[in-house]
Amino acid sequence: MLHFVLRRLGYGLAILVGVNLFTFFLFFSVNTPDDMARLNIGGKRVTQAQIEKWKEERGYDKPLYYDEAKAGGEQFTHTILWERSVSLFALDFGRSDARQAINIGHEVKVRMGVSLQLALPLFILQVIVSVAFALLLVFFRHTRIDFWGVVLCVLMLSISSLFYIIVGQFLFARVLRLVPMNGFAPGLDAVKFLILPILLSLLSRLGGEARLYRAMFLEEMGKDYVRTARAKGLSEGQVLRRHVLRNALIPIITSAGSYLPYVFLGSLVFESFFGIPGLGAFVIEAITGQDFAIVRTMVFLGALLYIASNVLIDLAYTWVDPRVRLS
Amino acid sequence: MKPVLLWTDLALWLLAAALLGYAWRVKANANLRANWQRVLRDPVAASAGVVMALFLLLTLVDSIHLRRALPTTEGAAVVYDTRTLSALDLLLARQIDMREVSYSLPLGAQGFNKESLTDAAGQVRRDYPRLQFGGAHLADPVSQWAGDVAARVGVGLAGGAAVVLLMIALAAAALAPQHDGWRGALSDLAADRTVYPLRAILVTLAVVALLAGPVIALMPHYHVFGTDRTGNDVLVQALKSVRTAFVIGALSTLATLPIALLLGVLAGYYKGWVDEAIQYVYTTLSSVPNVLLIAACVLMVQVFFDKNPDLFETAAERSDLKMLMLCLILGLTGWAGLCRLVRAETLKLRELDYVQAATAFGVSDLRIMARHIVPNVMHLVLITVVLSFSELILYEAVLTYVGVGVDPVMNSFGGMINLARAEMSRDPIVWWSFAAAFGFMVGLVLAANLFADGVRDAFDPKARYARPRLFRRKTVAADA
Repeated sequence: MLHFVLRRLGYGLAILVGVNLFTFFLFFSVNTPDDMARLNIGGKRVTQAQIEKWKEERGYDKPLYYDEAKAGGEQFTHTILWERSVSLFALDFGRSDARQAINIGHEVKVRMGVSLQLALPLFILQVIVSVAFALLLVFFRHTRIDFWGVVLCVLMLSISSLFYIIVGQFLFARVLRLVPMNGFAPGLDAVKFLILPILLSLLSRLGGEARLYRAMFLEEMGKDYVRTARAKGLSEGQVLRRHVLRNALIPIITSAGSYLPYVFLGSLVFESFFGIPGLGAFVIEAITGQDFAIVRTMVFLGALLYIASNVLIDLAYTWVDPRVRLS
Repeated sequence: MKPVLLWTDLALWLLAAALLGYAWRVKANANLRANWQRVLRDPVAASAGVVMALFLLLTLVDSIHLRRALPTTEGAAVVYDTRTLSALDLLLARQIDMREVSYSLPLGAQGFNKESLTDAAGQVRRDYPRLQFGGAHLADPVSQWAGDVAARVGVGLAGGAAVVLLMIALAAAALAPQHDGWRGALSDLAADRTVYPLRAILVTLAVVALLAGPVIALMPHYHVFGTDRTGNDVLVQALKSVRTAFVIGALSTLATLPIALLLGVLAGYYKGWVDEAIQYVYTTLSSVPNVLLIAACVLMVQVFFDKNPDLFETAAERSDLKMLMLCLILGLTGWAGLCRLVRAETLKLRELDYVQAATAFGVSDLRIMARHIVPNVMHLVLITVVLSFSELILYEAVLTYVGVGVDPVMNSFGGMINLARAEMSRDPIVWWSFAAAFGFMVGLVLAANLFADGVRDAFDPKARYARPRLFRRKTVAADA
């Protein structure tokens, strides 16, 4: 067990190194720090002196990969690649490129809390509601309820989440005035700001998720143990609850687990539409402001969360199915 | 006039040619033919396929581009307009020229906002101004508008109905020899006793014709879906957005194919360190949240474009190349899923007897992969392509909203929704742009999803039993 976790973490480290090299290449080699400086300072006439100053302030005035002027190990350590990588792996994210006052690490910490308030209840509700809806459809399979339920699912998954948001905001916030249009408040007041985004996000994903789970349940329904359970005299509801649901837990965990990184990273679209100052909104600000330091940090953080959630998923497999051995 | 071949045009026409080539191949191959017959015999999939074909036709018409020659003095070198037009633009030239000042309601004859008007007596009053083009032929919109619109809708419906009757007659005439004359053909058609679900297809075409008829009849004198903030016809925007959606949906998945197929087959066939290396690469790629990765790549492409502004002759070329780059980026970031599937399938296939036999005969690895492995993973490729088509169209809207999608000057559903967001919070509310984008997008995505389900059911036997059925369509033997 410990051996497994250690090995997975080692592989995760290798992946993080790969992600880091890839993003470094993308952000520093495809376009040089000079280009970034020109873009960030803005305006048509940017002098070389301004660029040098900009680069020096951010520590980008060193060679990219290899410094010929230095001797020994310094040849590799006195470079942007080394400095950026070391600080990233130490989880020291430095400061924003565009606005030096912003400490990315601090910002991430504060905003992740906000994102979690939206995404964690959503994640839990999502699994419960989708599984419940899928079980309902499976219970009524080969009937009108199942047929029209699936038709509804296909219709729902053909509608962009943006439509749900715009219509939902219009209906609940503007016409019915049940909740505020957008904004956020800390503490318990957050509930009235979060309830609409949670509801709409739930709705926008329900179609696809429920259909997926329904197919998983139906696959389990064709297996022998279900027939045995029925022959034993269990009611259909008991068969579904005790046998089918439990056996389908592994694919459910796989599919739900893929959302785990986003529980921490937040939703880009929902946060920016509802003015919730989480990590998703942070990323959108960074993209529109072309703030590469923030985008780089978020890419790294995303990879880190992906690796962590994969280890968690594997551990969850052993918990729901004792036959699964980690080795 | 000078024809212009944009990059995405080239890609789309190649795609159309490839589709024809594939159809020819299907005709020659008994297995493929059986599977596609299964798709086409499914009423839902066949109807969805018809709708997709109509959208594809619209896309292809919108993919013939040209630049007009500007009038010059005799003997001078010909100068071309900087605007690139498509064949669809020429068809809709009247609608594009019918440009109003600002918002107007669908089918409106008056502006949406009150303005200060000076009447003949020199009196200034606040009222809705007449539109320059919409309903301009009416002397008194208040009394004539309803009658005029109703008359035009009637004409349109009649035209649509005529087309429907013609199609039914054609179908009956085609069926007549096998169904005891046209009487028998009609009753078999009505009772759905045909080899292919012609009844469902005809109903779909009838709905389309009856919707399109009134729109076409109204188009010359009204803005059927209203106008946007700058007075442009919303219907034109929605029609032009279809091409953008199609390009993103089709080309992005095609861009994933070569890399996913190649690496997947290599990893599965050679195993060992090749497998390890390829797995490492795609795990690394998929470990980064997709939107972030795309955003990072698009930002870099944007910086490159900003740095080299003289690379493009016209704005259309620039936004077109930007869109192609977006497709490539979506392809480069999205191949991991298919690669994983292909690898797993190859691992299974390479242990099968016929591959073992080929190895024993001394067939080279390359040949085994090309002749024995790749054809047998193609069903996975096909299913993935049709399934991801609709996902990508939805994704485009989100990416454009985030600011890393297609160029703002390009018509796209994402762009329309993005503008609609501000319009929906106006008072009084401007809803028609949003509604038009919604209608067209849901139509396209729903058709794509239903068609994809049909293809998956036909090519993946495991998926078949998950399909909900109220009734099963009676299969009619082909020779009946």
